[in-house]
Amino acid sequence: MSRTLAEKVWEAHVVRHGSGAEPDLLYIDLHLLHEVTSPQAFDGLRLADRKLRRPDLTIATEDHNVPTVDIDKPIADLVSRTQVETLRRNCAEFGVRLHPMGDFEQGIVHVVGPQLGLTQPGMTVVCGDSHTSTHGAFGALAFGIGTSEVEHVMATQTLPLRPFKTMAINVTGSLGEGVTAKDIILAVIAKIGTGGGQGYVLEYRGEAIETLSMEARMTVCNMSIEAGARAGMIAPDETTFDYIKGRDHAPSGADWDRAVEYWKTLRTDDDATFDAEVTIDANDLTPFVTWGTNPGQGLPLGATVPDPEKIADENERVAAEKALTYMGLEPGTPLRDIRVDTVFLGSCTNGRIEDLRAAADVIKGKHVASGVRMLVVPGSMRVRKQAEDEGLDKVFLDAGAEWRQAGCSMCLGMNPDQLAPGERSASTSNRNFEGRQGKGGRTHLVSPLVAAATAVRGTLSAPADLEN
Amino acid sequence: MDAFTTHTGVGVPLRRSNVDTDQIIPAVYLKRVTRSGFEDGLFAAWRSDEHFILNQEPFKAGSVLVAGPDFGTGSSREHAVWALMDYGFRVVISSRFADIFRGNSGKQGLVAAQCSQSDVELLWKLLESEPGTPVTVDLTDKTVRAKDLVAPFDIDDYTRWRLLEGLDDIALTLRHEAEISDFEGNRQTWLPTTDPLPAV
Repeated sequence: MSRTLAEKVWEAHVVRHGSGAEPDLLYIDLHLLHEVTSPQAFDGLRLADRKLRRPDLTIATEDHNVPTVDIDKPIADLVSRTQVETLRRNCAEFGVRLHPMGDFEQGIVHVVGPQLGLTQPGMTVVCGDSHTSTHGAFGALAFGIGTSEVEHVMATQTLPLRPFKTMAINVTGSLGEGVTAKDIILAVIAKIGTGGGQGYVLEYRGEAIETLSMEARMTVCNMSIEAGARAGMIAPDETTFDYIKGRDHAPSGADWDRAVEYWKTLRTDDDATFDAEVTIDANDLTPFVTWGTNPGQGLPLGATVPDPEKIADENERVAAEKALTYMGLEPGTPLRDIRVDTVFLGSCTNGRIEDLRAAADVIKGKHVASGVRMLVVPGSMRVRKQAEDEGLDKVFLDAGAEWRQAGCSMCLGMNPDQLAPGERSASTSNRNFEGRQGKGGRTHLVSPLVAAATAVRGTLSAPADLEN
Repeated sequence: MDAFTTHTGVGVPLRRSNVDTDQIIPAVYLKRVTRSGFEDGLFAAWRSDEHFILNQEPFKAGSVLVAGPDFGTGSSREHAVWALMDYGFRVVISSRFADIFRGNSGKQGLVAAQCSQSDVELLWKLLESEPGTPVTVDLTDKTVRAKDLVAPFDIDDYTRWRLLEGLDDIALTLRHEAEISDFEGNRQTWLPTTDPLPAV
């Protein structure tokens, strides 16, 4: 029987099929931990006197709470410090490899897994973090789970799950100059809505996807959750194999050959059918930015702030009205006229080396606009080192930006990097929810190219605007 | 987990769609390492507005939340479910739930009851015109009842069974330990491991 990529990976991990309403029991190949969603799960294990079943399939890093300056000092926020120290104690007690602050491999959990070569095609990967969908870029079935499920995986290395439905996202054509993976995924979310992917695994395919680098594929899969989908996947190919080869945990020797042979079978069969299909033409895409308070409220940069009165659906109209009030925007304002206070380049969406290179290329020899602060936060210490080896730190510093240590930083208000009430950002992160970057903060989601151009002009801009 | 069969309590009309988990509980409240006491973080930003529904009598004592579509989107934080339950909610009614939120609810014993949007609208009108109206959520026959209104709701059969029985997922899975071990014995040799440390 012909099957989709997602169905192949699912089937390969079924420990036992459920009967009737009972879910399948799925084996988990890799469990990623961080300090925020794990303490109550470790506590649960202790209370029930259960063991961590597979410490050798578990790895931890510190990312959400960590400051991105003065990392050699104790964390000033005592509650954050306690949470990080709790992770350290738990990892020591249960024998989990941890990459703490200051470690060369420390960073955002979704940057760390791939850079170590732990994320490989055909695996099941989970983490108590919704952006686990990132790892789907390798053809893995990867999804975020809650803390109860974290405890379940710790105790059993499995999860009871009902099969997902499958949706093909066909991205035809090719991307124009200055248009990136971020613009693809923001356009997909705007098209299918924040609930459009609920219950589905999205498979991104088509010419425009095949030509993307691994970093760009991770950006696309990362935001699958923003369309409501638990997971996003891309079939592995030579780009994938080249990325993995030689990394610390990649297979080697005869194992490599056997692995690649298997990985090559991880493609949706030609005659397989998806439960739903959506097509987007990459040739039509231009830089995309959000104007509202959910990631589906986005438009091409050349557009104007929408008028809620022209929205037919009542729920959407009310949501748009509330969003514009929160964002302090007037209908009809050109998006290019929106002035920002802060530019954030980083996060599990766009904190990889390629993102830093792209932004550095735009900002090189220019300067951040007066009154604007720009934070550049590498996704991991390894990315930071690589960027410094390439001289990117100097490009950003010369332009007046801040060059930080690795972490989740301003993607979410859990560490010192936050917006003040009413402050507005252009952010390469993934969520523009109310208060996400700090209470009262206003977020516009953008690509690294738009972030860099916006930093220079002070208003939402594309690199092409710098040439005029 | 406590078993759930039926619950009657004050219904709270929350006329908002796309209530993401950052709104249900902002990240700043996620720094704790304990499992209780999250009620102060529930809808923290909105509760600072005195006109917010949970600041009004009799909704302050609400236990059945009636929300717009796409409830619980965004972050996987189970703290959203803990905050709702710590505050006193036992049921959330919406026409569409985000997958992870729905799953987390089922693990904790919060009933995520999926009603049609038209029934949600009827409930909103009823609860706004007659504040304090008791709402009964019956998991045995999958209905929501309030005054003359009877609305069916959806919940997957397995979650419903677990909630009715109050069963712990991990204990259920560990019944299949032998099958898990068999599966582990047949995994591919090239699959990565993580250099674990000796446990203390």
